[in-house]
Amino acid sequence: MVPTLKYKNTFPVEGGNFDNAGVISLQIKNIIRDMGFPDDIQRRAAIAIYESELNIISYARAGNINVRIAPHLICIDAADEGPGIEDIDRAMKDGYSTANDRIREMGFGAGMGLSNIKKCSDKFEIISETNKGTHLKILIDIN
Amino acid sequence: MKLSKLIDILDATIMSGEEHLDMDVNTAFSADLMSDVLAFAKPKSILLTGLTNPQVVRTASILDASAIVIVRGKIPPAETVELAKELNIPIVLTKYILFETSGRLFMNGMVGCVEKIGDS
Repeated sequence: MVPTLKYKNTFPVEGGNFDNAGVISLQIKNIIRDMGFPDDIQRRAAIAIYESELNIISYARAGNINVRIAPHLICIDAADEGPGIEDIDRAMKDGYSTANDRIREMGFGAGMGLSNIKKCSDKFEIISETNKGTHLKILIDIN
Repeated sequence: MKLSKLIDILDATIMSGEEHLDMDVNTAFSADLMSDVLAFAKPKSILLTGLTNPQVVRTASILDASAIVIVRGKIPPAETVELAKELNIPIVLTKYILFETSGRLFMNGMVGCVEKIGDS
């Protein structure tokens, strides 16, 4: 059975635009907070979205973050047009990163992102095709 | 401890969030790596860092950090301070290096928001 959606929106993310990194994530966090979800859920969703947003900005040309919220479920899809991930198992390992200096100067790109998203989600799936893009599917279960 | 006491201990100045001087701050996370802050910091902790870009403030806000202490005498750019005001997160500046800042707070009863990685 498909749960009734309380909220649904798609946020475009521009690759390379570091100045705005986190703006979308904070916007969505506020929406989740205003819907009355517990602090822990707000945080987990916000971290997962922020890491996804940072990934699109850092590595892709462009992408979209789609958020769907049902009473007991938060569903986040972050899809980008970019280089894709060649070796997903390796990318999931803490400390593995292909980040450039610009990303690292800002304090990011330490290779913690994907495993952190996994830690924050109840279900996490990566679909990626080299030279085409990456799609992160994140599910947070409120129960 | 109160944020005002932290400011005393660190011989610090407050750049934003003066209205929060009475706030309790009891746990901290020290890092210049925002990736690690995002992966390991716990809510309501203070963030001690030498970075000054606006992403530090956004990262703190995502994590529900209670305040940011910028170490090593760095002065954050105006956009960082503006963002901190907008997101209601106090920014405190100290000239102590990160090691001294952490040590002085620890000696006064503040502890890490997590002791070792792997502990919950």
